[in-house]
Amino acid sequence: MNLMRLFGGRAGSAPVARERLQILLAHERGRNGAPDLLEILRAEILGVVSKHIDLDPDKVVVRMDRGKFVSMLEVDIEVPNGVQRSMTMAAT
Amino acid sequence: MAKVLVVTSGKGGVGKTTSTAALGAALAQLGQSVVVIDFDVGLRNLDLVMGAERRVVFDLINVVQGVAKLPQALIRDKRLENLWLLPASQTRDKDALTDEGVKRVIGDLKTKFDWILCDSPAGIERGATLAMRYADEAIIVTNPEVSSVRDSDRIIGMLDSKTARAERGERVEKHLLITRYDAARAARGEMLSIDDILEILATPLLGIVPESQDVLRASNIGCPVTLNNADSAPARAYIDAVRRLMGESVDMTVPVERRGLMDRLLRRRAA
Repeated sequence: MNLMRLFGGRAGSAPVARERLQILLAHERGRNGAPDLLEILRAEILGVVSKHIDLDPDKVVVRMDRGKFVSMLEVDIEVPNGVQRSMTMAAT
Repeated sequence: MAKVLVVTSGKGGVGKTTSTAALGAALAQLGQSVVVIDFDVGLRNLDLVMGAERRVVFDLINVVQGVAKLPQALIRDKRLENLWLLPASQTRDKDALTDEGVKRVIGDLKTKFDWILCDSPAGIERGATLAMRYADEAIIVTNPEVSSVRDSDRIIGMLDSKTARAERGERVEKHLLITRYDAARAARGEMLSIDDILEILATPLLGIVPESQDVLRASNIGCPVTLNNADSAPARAYIDAVRRLMGESVDMTVPVERRGLMDRLLRRRAA
């Protein structure tokens, strides 16, 4: 284990911390102050998708990258093949 | 013109009191007249960190309520004649603080000192909101750790909306002080880096205080770290931060322990 770490076999946990914070704070800032565009987009995109399929929280990855001039919102949703639209519509 | 600074963080245990004592002492060491006020009513500790715990007679609540006059409650530091402490009450609770009372006390202090440092309690309740209420500038103490960064973000939001300045449409100038930073762990990707924190909080950096044994050593003996060992890495970080507060431009570095052979020998003998 130590040897693996020594040779860079395990990545640090800081990038995970950074990403979790960025997503969480986008959400909380939206609630406290001016609504955040990235957060509105995130909520509406997930809202639209969930109208058509049941979203499994584990199969949805949302990433936000905030830059000075440009920010990026990446929504990665795993959609199972052969989902019956009517069935899922009935479910929601 | 006196400046009112609040040292705040939201989260507890990140180093607000340690930083208030160190920054206050560093300002006084540079010749400024300084008063540090403990707003943590019921859980005061600034007196202890500054080694004045046995000299407290009257406190902030007594002054707010008119039981004592301001000069009776102010405690002069034994090492620096231009450093003063206004302690919090240990027996009352935070509801004894009133907005009007705090405004009056800070107004009085502004006529006597160059710098008024308000040590905020943790949390976002009355003590914390009153500590920041009349601040001109804020120092947000943050550890490179997710819960501390999140709480700092919340506090930044409050500084922009709940302070007297914000309500007048003015800004409270904000400074980020990152404490307990371990450059080696950050370099290995095990700890949020300075850039990560700055990007997330979008607040100008005032200083980086490295994780250091000197901080505990100083609080153990009740002496601000800048006074106890001015040459230590955290003390140099606080002194640099204070120079920046005073308007000097000082290169941003993470001070490291000086570990020459002579230094080690001397330090061992001194400890």
